[in-house]
Amino acid sequence: MKKFWWKILGGLLLLYAVIFGFIVDVPDTMIQQTMRNLFYHVGMWFGMFAMLFVGFIYSLRYLRKFDEREDVVAVEAVNVGMMFGFLGIFTGMIWASFTWGTPWVKDPKLNGAAVGLFIYLAYLILRGSIEDIHKRAKVSAVYNIFAFILWIVFVLILPRVSGAGLHPATGNDVTPVLPMHMDSSMRTVFYPAMIGWILLGCWILQLRIRIRRIKATVNELLT
Amino acid sequence: MLGKEIKFLVGKEIKLELKQKYVINGILLYLVSTIFVTYLAFEDVISVETWNSLFWIILLFVAVNGISKSFAQESPARHLYYYTLASPQSIVLSKILYNLMLMAILSILAFLFFMLLMGNKVINMPLFILALLLGSLGLSSILTMVAAIASRASQNFSLMAILSFPIVLPLLATLMKVSSTALINLEWAGNAGFIVILLTINVAVIMLAYLLFPYLWRD
Repeated sequence: MKKFWWKILGGLLLLYAVIFGFIVDVPDTMIQQTMRNLFYHVGMWFGMFAMLFVGFIYSLRYLRKFDEREDVVAVEAVNVGMMFGFLGIFTGMIWASFTWGTPWVKDPKLNGAAVGLFIYLAYLILRGSIEDIHKRAKVSAVYNIFAFILWIVFVLILPRVSGAGLHPATGNDVTPVLPMHMDSSMRTVFYPAMIGWILLGCWILQLRIRIRRIKATVNELLT
Repeated sequence: MLGKEIKFLVGKEIKLELKQKYVINGILLYLVSTIFVTYLAFEDVISVETWNSLFWIILLFVAVNGISKSFAQESPARHLYYYTLASPQSIVLSKILYNLMLMAILSILAFLFFMLLMGNKVINMPLFILALLLGSLGLSSILTMVAAIASRASQNFSLMAILSFPIVLPLLATLMKVSSTALINLEWAGNAGFIVILLTINVAVIMLAYLLFPYLWRD
């Protein structure tokens, strides 16, 4: 039986985050109780970042050795990252409707996040348009590396440089959402939640890779 | 060694283009027709924001059309020949430089023609010219890299557009902000942050192209 302790740990951490996320004290700021969304919205974005980073690393590894299995890991990591990304945007929209009155505003971080999702959607379309397996793997590995670096620039760096915006972490904003500035009571739930989301992402990733491998083996056996 | 190769390759591209004039004529016609269509569509005096956004959208489409052909024109056999002669880094840098020159000329022409038909709204001319140059560099490097990637996939135009639009969007948004301040007043201050952003994007894309192109080229 392969190691599965980390999957149980991930499940337990998320269960803890969901329950204690609603019990722990939150600082009394303008957005009051919706601050609790931080454990889920920001946690999911960290999960997305982790998945896209995995995709980036495996694309680099593919370009070194041209091993097909690493290409499979890269594309499935992007798929899981996309899922987290859409969930993150969805939870963000719910949060925005409460905080700013509307689901979407014109803000550098939001625009950067949307552009980042579009870049990776284009990656998936690119993969769909190439038939030959080796060419597809090579071209998509190159595009993945390109896309990841640009994603970092558009989502993390540009909002900081673009001056003030509504979303936290734009310009010189230091609202208590990053772990450095967070209240210590919130940190007790946030760190476990973040680890829980990342572990969940890894679990889904592993399942998807296994499904792919099984499908490939079945196809080989049938032909 | 790299410099000499690049100079030679850029010269080669220019000579090829002057011989056939295929791309440049097509693009010039495209440019002139789109600007003429916008002139016909807008009867009265238009606002500054409209002028700004129309100009950059037209320039974006001109760029995508012009640069998408840069890898498709030469046959794979000739590409193989170049592979044996020059290093891939010099090939990609020479294509970026050639496309930069092309985009710079096209953007100046677009600006002049736009001024002629839609009126000159630019107040801070040097800042606008700087935005045009940085925009040409950015569009050229991003679209050359995307054209290289798309040329390895199926050869249709829509793939190039799909791949390039998300990457070009932040560049275009920043360019529009800089040029809108150039249209409103004469101040230079406050734009430093945007110009830094433009330079960052340009440098990052060119470095990525330099590092990643050899893997694409090997086919």
